[in-house]
Amino acid sequence: MVLPGELFYHSYQNSFKNGGCASVTADLSAEDMQQQIIRETFHLVSKRDDNVCNFLEGGSLIGGSDYKLIYRHYATLYFVFCVDSSESELGILDLIQVFVETLDKCFENVCELDLIFHMDKVHYILQEVVMGGMVLETNMNEIVAQVEVQNRMEKSEGGLSAAPARAVSAVKNMNLPEIPRNINIGDINIKVPSLSPF
Amino acid sequence: MALKIVKGSIDRMFDKNLQDLVRGIRNHKEDEAKYISTCIDEIKQELKQDNIAVKANAVCKLTYLQMLGYDVSWAAFNIVEVMSSSKFTYKRIGYLAASQCFHENTDVIMLTTNQIRKDLSSPNQYDTGVALTGLSCFVTPDLARDLANDIMTLMSHTKPYIRKKAVLIMYKVFLKYPESLRPAFPRLKEKLEDPDPGVQSAAVNVICELARRNPKNYLSLAPLFFKLMTSSTNNWVLIKIIKLFGALTPLEPRLGKKLIEPLTNLIHSTSAMSLLYECVNTVIAGQYSCSVGHIKSHLLCVQKLRILIEDSDQNLKYLGLLAMSKILKTHPKSVQSHKDLILQCLDDKDESIRLRALDLLYGMVSKKNLMEIVKKLMIHVDKAEGTTYRDELLTKIIDICSQSNYQYITNFEWYISILVELTRLEGTRHGHLIASQMLDVAIRVKAIRVFAVAQMATLLDNAHLLTGNMQRNGICEVLYAAAWICGEFSEHLENPVQTLEAMLRPKVATLPGHIQAVYVQNAAKLFATILKNQEGNTDSTAAQETSQMMIDRLPLFVQSANLEVQERASCILQLVKYIQKLQQKDVEVAEEVSALFAGELNPVAPKAQKKVPVPEGLDLDAWINEPPSESESEDEQPKAIFTKEEPKHSRPRHTEVDEKELARRREARKQEQANNPFYIKASPSSQKVYQEAPGVEHIPVVQIDLSVPLKVPGLPMSDQYVKLEEERRQKERAEKKKKEKKKRKEKRSGRGKKHDSGPESEEDITPAHVVDIVTEEMPEVAQEDQNRLPSPYLCRVKVCICMFCLCRPLADSEKLPVRSHRAAGAPKSSAEDGEAENATPQEPKKKSSKEKRDKKKDKERDRKVRLRCWKHFPPSGHKSDSRSTQSEGRTVVTFLVFPLPRKVCDIQGNLQDGSQVVVSVIFENKSDSFLKSMEFNVLDSLNSKLQRPEGSGPHDGLTVPFQLPPGVSNEARFVFTVQSIVMPQKLKGTLTFIVKNEDSSTHEKLDFKLHFTCTSYLITTPCYSDAFAKLLESGDLKSSSVRLEGVNMPFHHLLARICFHHHFSVVERIDSCASMYSRSIQGHHVCLLVKTSGQTVSIDAKCDEPTLLGNVLDEIKQTFSQC
Repeated sequence: MVLPGELFYHSYQNSFKNGGCASVTADLSAEDMQQQIIRETFHLVSKRDDNVCNFLEGGSLIGGSDYKLIYRHYATLYFVFCVDSSESELGILDLIQVFVETLDKCFENVCELDLIFHMDKVHYILQEVVMGGMVLETNMNEIVAQVEVQNRMEKSEGGLSAAPARAVSAVKNMNLPEIPRNINIGDINIKVPSLSPF
Repeated sequence: MALKIVKGSIDRMFDKNLQDLVRGIRNHKEDEAKYISTCIDEIKQELKQDNIAVKANAVCKLTYLQMLGYDVSWAAFNIVEVMSSSKFTYKRIGYLAASQCFHENTDVIMLTTNQIRKDLSSPNQYDTGVALTGLSCFVTPDLARDLANDIMTLMSHTKPYIRKKAVLIMYKVFLKYPESLRPAFPRLKEKLEDPDPGVQSAAVNVICELARRNPKNYLSLAPLFFKLMTSSTNNWVLIKIIKLFGALTPLEPRLGKKLIEPLTNLIHSTSAMSLLYECVNTVIAGQYSCSVGHIKSHLLCVQKLRILIEDSDQNLKYLGLLAMSKILKTHPKSVQSHKDLILQCLDDKDESIRLRALDLLYGMVSKKNLMEIVKKLMIHVDKAEGTTYRDELLTKIIDICSQSNYQYITNFEWYISILVELTRLEGTRHGHLIASQMLDVAIRVKAIRVFAVAQMATLLDNAHLLTGNMQRNGICEVLYAAAWICGEFSEHLENPVQTLEAMLRPKVATLPGHIQAVYVQNAAKLFATILKNQEGNTDSTAAQETSQMMIDRLPLFVQSANLEVQERASCILQLVKYIQKLQQKDVEVAEEVSALFAGELNPVAPKAQKKVPVPEGLDLDAWINEPPSESESEDEQPKAIFTKEEPKHSRPRHTEVDEKELARRREARKQEQANNPFYIKASPSSQKVYQEAPGVEHIPVVQIDLSVPLKVPGLPMSDQYVKLEEERRQKERAEKKKKEKKKRKEKRSGRGKKHDSGPESEEDITPAHVVDIVTEEMPEVAQEDQNRLPSPYLCRVKVCICMFCLCRPLADSEKLPVRSHRAAGAPKSSAEDGEAENATPQEPKKKSSKEKRDKKKDKERDRKVRLRCWKHFPPSGHKSDSRSTQSEGRTVVTFLVFPLPRKVCDIQGNLQDGSQVVVSVIFENKSDSFLKSMEFNVLDSLNSKLQRPEGSGPHDGLTVPFQLPPGVSNEARFVFTVQSIVMPQKLKGTLTFIVKNEDSSTHEKLDFKLHFTCTSYLITTPCYSDAFAKLLESGDLKSSSVRLEGVNMPFHHLLARICFHHHFSVVERIDSCASMYSRSIQGHHVCLLVKTSGQTVSIDAKCDEPTLLGNVLDEIKQTFSQC
């Protein structure tokens, strides 16, 4: 299973880092293009075994040979970044790990459904890691701290008026099917010596 | 009122929120589209509410739908509403939606400018942060221009969180609004030393991205980065800096040397693989430019890479191979020693790794191991499942074998049989590739023809095997080659009658038209040969039988739907009928028939045409018919290969269109050649053009499962050649040894080419067959291509580089002409052109022995010194491209001149200090001799003086502080003092140097001219329209005007041209009227008002210095008269 938005976000954001639009053709709308990128990327990534390398050479769709798909596979999730040659391949693998660990902290034992139901929150977290296609922050503690401050602000703003809505949504969430939690972050078969944090 | 709010929030409780929407979509898997369309209707209702909370919720859902691929651009205005909410919660939702949905063409973006500005200056740092994040995704040129100042202020915000984001977003702003780079750069530089590591990292990140586009401008930052590299402990920052150095070292050889030590230290000390890998990469890049190889660091790199490749982690293996391929370009030897490892990688289960390994193989082959490597690959071809990988293997095999004119093939019989074996691949798309190789080899290697013809005859005989599921696979292209070879070299056929019979089988009619045509034509050739053979015999019936067979079979082709086949068949049929008549009268016809195909076809180099002198009075550039409309030729960008092959033009180009048209014609000719078997192709790739049947992959191909590899009876297996070759070599080696003893002494005293690898050196393996090599002269332009101008888009971001004029050296005794690559250059007669061709650098690698002798003779002539001067002006973003190569006597010189003011590194250069100009000159040694003791001298004028060190006389030259080994370039800077900038200046100068050869050294002198135009003193300075209006009102400015007639270009091109060549910036543009502004280094304002009507352009100009203005206008006029 792959999260369309998630996958899209990375590939799209990064391939447009430089403001170029190598992969956008005139007769396709941005949304069609985005879906096509996701479909093809998923197709490419999902048929790869676990014991092959985590890099895929760029096709024409993602902007040419300067671009690479770098992905990590966690249980049912693929996190795919599309980067150009100015990024370090192993560095990006690390960054994905940082991102996933951050998700784990922010959602307290993240699971697949957390990401599906809270797409907006995932984006807010991602925006603290990657901004406009450029790596913004690589220190997990710093990212988590910033995200938490913003969440607190949101809560305090909600105040009383949001309370009923929260209650309703809590009731609604009770019906969520029992789902296996935890996407096993520790259990990854890629070993990359971690970069030292800031 | 209170009641209303409560009611609103109660309503809201029952609205769907994002979670409900997601749940709903998951529960409606079958009718998802329908469910979503009802949701969108609900959202539309919600968006009509006044309550901002409801709106925000709706926008949040829309964002999700957008990610699923639904178009939500209709809600753009609502998104802006939510963005402008005062609450952080909603603002964040709004900005997220905007970053997902907005793009350059979203018109509501215009409305956001003020809102974003307000958010940027908000006291709450998270409001600012959210605005910055959003802006980074949808920044447009307008937004960038309007907000650049605000963002710049944020770069010094008290909170590191904001500083970090502001620094990072500046990169996007630079891209959209390049003019902001200059004012923002000092602050960006400051941020490199920010106390907060996050901000520092962001600044490094931005500068690395900028430097990737235009490394030259950031060379001056190298010391700062060097300091950072040695002090920083943050691996992310280190990686970025090391990557940056990787981009800089090719430009500055000294940097590479300096870096080696700290990098090797890092390699030894770091535990992070990512850092180690980048270090290795940069060391490799450094060696690329270093003429002196650092053996130690190099060995270390290769050794580390080997460890990476041997690692069980596939990622490291992949990266190791990737880096190896970079080493291969410079040090193929050291990669070759790891052949075992790389061949092993071919067996890897990961396709990414296999493809990387294949790339490496290309550079690793030698005469010695070619057969072995290809044998391995052939095994892989048999094993490979999936046609794409197999096709990749096939092209690689052919690439490897045919590289540099079949340099590594020692036995062509082996190669032919490899090709024949490859024809047995089911469903490959590369039949034409194999075919062109067969043709190429058969035509050029005379000795192989007998063998090739025999093989081809067998192929024709077994054509049914190839055409099993005909038409669908490209392999039947091979028959095209087979038929042609059998026909053309039919005298070598053992059993021509049988081949003729095979060529005229009814099944042939199912082949594609172009192949049938070749069949028919070559059947006629065969027929001629057969007649000739048979007429010697006394029995005339055999000959008559052959004629009868032709007459019986040809009507099949006469009925062909293909015009070409039909035409040829009916001609030949009539001819044969006539021959038959003559035969019946017992007339000897064979001689006459074979005269039809008399004459041997010789290989012709693709560029042979150039050797043919153009007849007098023939102007190849003149239009025969009126030129087609401009728009058409504009779209057609000449392909890269054609720009390299810029023709050697002696006449100046009239217009740009001319050049494009020429390229187009050349392309057409190329195309024609590619389809013409009588031309030797420059490379097999030119053939690809006409193959490519659409949709081949979609047709299901039935795979025939054969446990035994398909073998065509009578075809040799290539393997046996490997054995034969071994034997042959051993024999040769034995013979050699005898001779060697005698020769050894001579060898040592001779040329010092030593090969220390292996018991048997490359040179010792003599090819079994000699290839007719048609060497291609490389036009000089091909080498200059490295310096080719970047695309205009990239240029706009450039800051420092601005080349303004071209100076040709003063050559009193111009024996050889100027070859103008681009626009400029003096007209020359074509007679001189011929001589120039001799002076072009020859490709040194593969030369027949005869040419080698020639080369020795020409050694003197080949010597070239290349001199280029740059003058920089930091703020303008472009380069002009006038350039010329001049060969004066025996020396070719290229001059490019750029001015740069005193402080090139400090971009905010002090305009008052505009009396000093730095000219940086790049000296490039294109000869193969060593150059030393260079002295640079300029004859001072009253106005401009070369600054000399204290104590030296006014006519002393300046010593260039380096020596130039062959092929090396380096840069030196010279400072000039300029009194007045209102007049253009020309300075004459000389460069003296000593040319050192192996046995002699001579003193040489080179004259040149530096041209300081007035335009070059202008700096592109943005100006706002209100400031511009004030300036004009002030009344201090003198005015002048100029009219240009017959300017035939769109207005925006015209403006771009003025901006580009004369460093102006557009202040305002209304329809066909625009105001432009620029400023001189001494602070003169120059304002232009450009109007156009039809082909007339009028420029009204104002400036506080009338002389300067007059000169600038003259220069503008000149720019347009040239085009």
